[in-house]
Amino acid sequence: MANVKVSKEYKTISQIAGPLVFVKKTDPVGYQEMVNVRLSDGSMKRGQVLDSSEDLVVVQIFEGTTGIDRAASVRFLGETMKMPVSKDMLGRVLSGAGEPLDGGSKIIPEKELDIEGAAINPWARDSPADFIQTGISTIDGMNTLVRGQKLPIFSASGLPHNEIALQIARQAKVIGENEEFAVVFIAMGITNEEKQMFMTEFERTGALKNAVVFLNLADDPAVERIVTPRLGLTTAEYMAFDLGMQVLVIMTDVTNYCEALRQVGAAREEVPGRRGYPGYMYTDLAQLYERAGKIKDKKGSITQIPILSMPGDDITHPIPDLSGYITEGQIVLSRELHRSGIYPPVNVSSSLSRLMNSGIGKGKTRDDHKAVSDQMYAAYAEGKDLRGLVAIVGKDSLSAKDRKLLDFADLFEDRIVRQGVDEDRTIEDTLNIAWDILKELDVDQLNRIDRKYIEKYLKK
Amino acid sequence: MSTEGVIYRVAGPVVTAKGISPKMYDVVHVGTEKLMGEVIKIVGDYSIIQVYENTSGIKPGEPVSNTGLPLVVELGPGLLTSVYDGIQRPLPVLRDKMGDYIFRGVTAPGLDRKKKWDFTPVVKKGDEVEAGQVLGTVMEGTMLHKIMVPISIKKGKIDSISAGMFTVEDTIAEIDGVKVMMMQKWPVRVPRPVSEKYQPDVPLITGLRVLDTMFPLAKGGAAAIPGAFGTGKTVTQQSLAKYSDAQIVVYIGCGERGNEMTEVLTEFPELVDPKTGQSLMNRTVLIANTSNMPVAAREASVYTGMTIAEYFRDMGYDVALMADSTSRWAEAMREISSRLEEMPGEEGYPAYLSGRLSEFYERACRAKSLCGEDGSISVIGAVSPPGGDLSEPVTQNTLRIVRVFWALDTKLRERRHFPTINWLTSYTMYNKQLEGWYKKNVAEDFPQLKSWAMQVLQKESELQEIVQMVGSDSLPDEQKITLEVAKMIREIYLQQNAYHPVDCYCPIARQYVMMKLIKKYSDLAEKALKAGISVEKIAYVPVRQRFNQAKYEENIDSELEAVGKDMDTQFAALGV
Repeated sequence: MANVKVSKEYKTISQIAGPLVFVKKTDPVGYQEMVNVRLSDGSMKRGQVLDSSEDLVVVQIFEGTTGIDRAASVRFLGETMKMPVSKDMLGRVLSGAGEPLDGGSKIIPEKELDIEGAAINPWARDSPADFIQTGISTIDGMNTLVRGQKLPIFSASGLPHNEIALQIARQAKVIGENEEFAVVFIAMGITNEEKQMFMTEFERTGALKNAVVFLNLADDPAVERIVTPRLGLTTAEYMAFDLGMQVLVIMTDVTNYCEALRQVGAAREEVPGRRGYPGYMYTDLAQLYERAGKIKDKKGSITQIPILSMPGDDITHPIPDLSGYITEGQIVLSRELHRSGIYPPVNVSSSLSRLMNSGIGKGKTRDDHKAVSDQMYAAYAEGKDLRGLVAIVGKDSLSAKDRKLLDFADLFEDRIVRQGVDEDRTIEDTLNIAWDILKELDVDQLNRIDRKYIEKYLKK
Repeated sequence: MSTEGVIYRVAGPVVTAKGISPKMYDVVHVGTEKLMGEVIKIVGDYSIIQVYENTSGIKPGEPVSNTGLPLVVELGPGLLTSVYDGIQRPLPVLRDKMGDYIFRGVTAPGLDRKKKWDFTPVVKKGDEVEAGQVLGTVMEGTMLHKIMVPISIKKGKIDSISAGMFTVEDTIAEIDGVKVMMMQKWPVRVPRPVSEKYQPDVPLITGLRVLDTMFPLAKGGAAAIPGAFGTGKTVTQQSLAKYSDAQIVVYIGCGERGNEMTEVLTEFPELVDPKTGQSLMNRTVLIANTSNMPVAAREASVYTGMTIAEYFRDMGYDVALMADSTSRWAEAMREISSRLEEMPGEEGYPAYLSGRLSEFYERACRAKSLCGEDGSISVIGAVSPPGGDLSEPVTQNTLRIVRVFWALDTKLRERRHFPTINWLTSYTMYNKQLEGWYKKNVAEDFPQLKSWAMQVLQKESELQEIVQMVGSDSLPDEQKITLEVAKMIREIYLQQNAYHPVDCYCPIARQYVMMKLIKKYSDLAEKALKAGISVEKIAYVPVRQRFNQAKYEENIDSELEAVGKDMDTQFAALGV
């Protein structure tokens, strides 16, 4: 901030609409420059330049435009938005705008970083290949998470996605290595109750000391919600690539973020895309999600678990849809499983981890992992199909083999999917349970598994 | 005409300048950091520019200068093995210059200026040459790179030409007083000329059974792969890039995931080209403009790739161009169009979407190039329809142009049936044109076998509807056998593991053998049924287990032979 000149104050506001303030007759102002607005009562609001021309500058106000009148004075700060970062941020709770909420002192920055970040050169990226054990069978066994991946949880209202996120945050580890691990928790538009739950849980498990928490609550301004994940991800990048830590970023709820994006877009009178969301939402989301990854010759990594709730349980809604095109897979939660009392209610059939194959197998998890997971996928899908048939013709008319598949689907849900909130299964545990239920099928039904694994692991 | 001006307005990637009087699509440098941009609209004194780099902090009043030239790519030795961003900046050079992140304002030429190449002329002093004619050759890795007379020289006599080691900027020849170097520049938005376009009648062999047998693409044709996320578009594209029998591969990662590009970047150099035994990278040009890189450069990336593909086609090579994903390209157009406040067409896409898509796919062709050689560009465009809804504008406009449609299916993915190409909804319109080739190069009865297999699959889907209602027990015996045969076609033939060392590539001759074996089972089963043997016994002949596993065995060909023999003996044992 040292080289910032004392800049002029303008009292030339021509129009105020929604979160936007239009300022006339300014000296040249940079695109995305930071702005301070001083209200007539002396209070300050912050904003950012959205559109800058010789005649008119459009400023987006973070805290909302309540109280701003045409007499308010506007000051352009001559620089884009920066996030002060430091190692001491671990254990801190910050607001959605990066201000301390825990009563602690202001962060003394070791560095100030541009919050937009820059794209990682694809040539500099390193392929994610290290298995992260979350202790949850449906993820570890069936949709493996690896370091540097972005794997969202597609949930819906009323489903326990927050519990699952917390369980992952608590249990996630890389087997056999002892490295510095940090969690960046980014809350966007969550309710006060949810916040209480997260904070109690963080304190109960002592996870807070390795975490940085950003809280943008449901009643905080929408524009701030657009900044919050960028602050969090800038912090995560600093920890991962400057300090060499393994960072897990949990973002909840991306749907609230997108709603804010739509709200601001509408206020700017932009041409809307699908369902009123801005046409650039894909690029915008990519600028968040693509900040996950690993860089060659650097120790750290950023792994993202964004959580989004699908409006109306609709996976084709633009938010889950665009996310799915950017992230490397998705964990989909199922209302049906939740209703039948199964936790975590992961719908394995529609879930996917694109990077699974690079993180499993001999030396990483176990040699039979891929075959076992493929077999369970296939058998479970067939078993589920048969359920529909049984509803019409009854169980008796099934062949013996089909009946086994039908039973397998039930066993799968009961033994693999279902587990306790505090149950931390190793990958060995998961695969052993898998063989235990696979043995209920005939050997010739195990057509996805190499014979050598059947000989090695199948205990009749 | 003035070439210097100032910025009037900045709104995201769109900058308005005044004072320059450019032509449409001229490249300009914007601001004190000289960001690269392209003029996309002219309104009175104002020029609207799409900027290829991030515009944060750029102010009105900063200078703008016009280069007076359109966006061009550099063509010449050094293209192969390169990894570029959307505007042909080499990514490894960018990393050397500015580290792990891509910051703005850095330029890097597309071709290495210092590297020397061994040039051997094929024409001599005094020869008459024409545009596109080969002047000489350079060995670029294992590929013979032909240096052609620039298109700008229509006709001329060679004053001088010399052999030896040259950089791409050294003069290698003089034609009617004009100095010619190995490097040429070509505007990306203009197709390179050919002397004659042909009807495509040779298939692009990919080693993927479902494609080569069921839905082949002709060399010089265009195919679309639409599919919801997670259906394996990228895996299919990558398999094609690895195993198709094109000599040159141009792979455009347009607005896709960073980690996916990394996978391509790390995997391709390690993969061995089955034909040359060399690294696959030696015949590949990669263009990586990931989703978080500037959107205007994403828009340009497909043109950059296509122009490079055309350059190799002009040498007489078969080129396969993969664009993953054309939807991201269309979205880039939409994003820029909306910043220009243009009247939107369907779903916010600009009204010229359909025109741009056709212009792009029309650059795919099999043709006689100006130098008299036959070359082709086969385009395989991935489409990512939102919500898997194929009625959306990008998919629909694409389907109007392309003649091959590989439909990826979420249901198949859930069953782990890979590749997830749905055999009922996919189609190819090259069947007739390619029939002759298959008869001549594979087997006379290959087209027949193929339509038999399609009929069985069709029949299966009809029977499945009945089974859903009443269960399979109530079907007559012949139909139960049909279901078993269809299951074999699906599980043994259509399913293919792209990650398995043996199964990942299936030569066309082997495809024929496998299909023939399935037909053989079907015929034997029919006979057995007539001989009064029960369906249970026919369905569970032990050889089926062996057949299922055969495609994963190292000695697959002898294993398949053994399967054939087993089939004979086991059915004989049943009493056929």
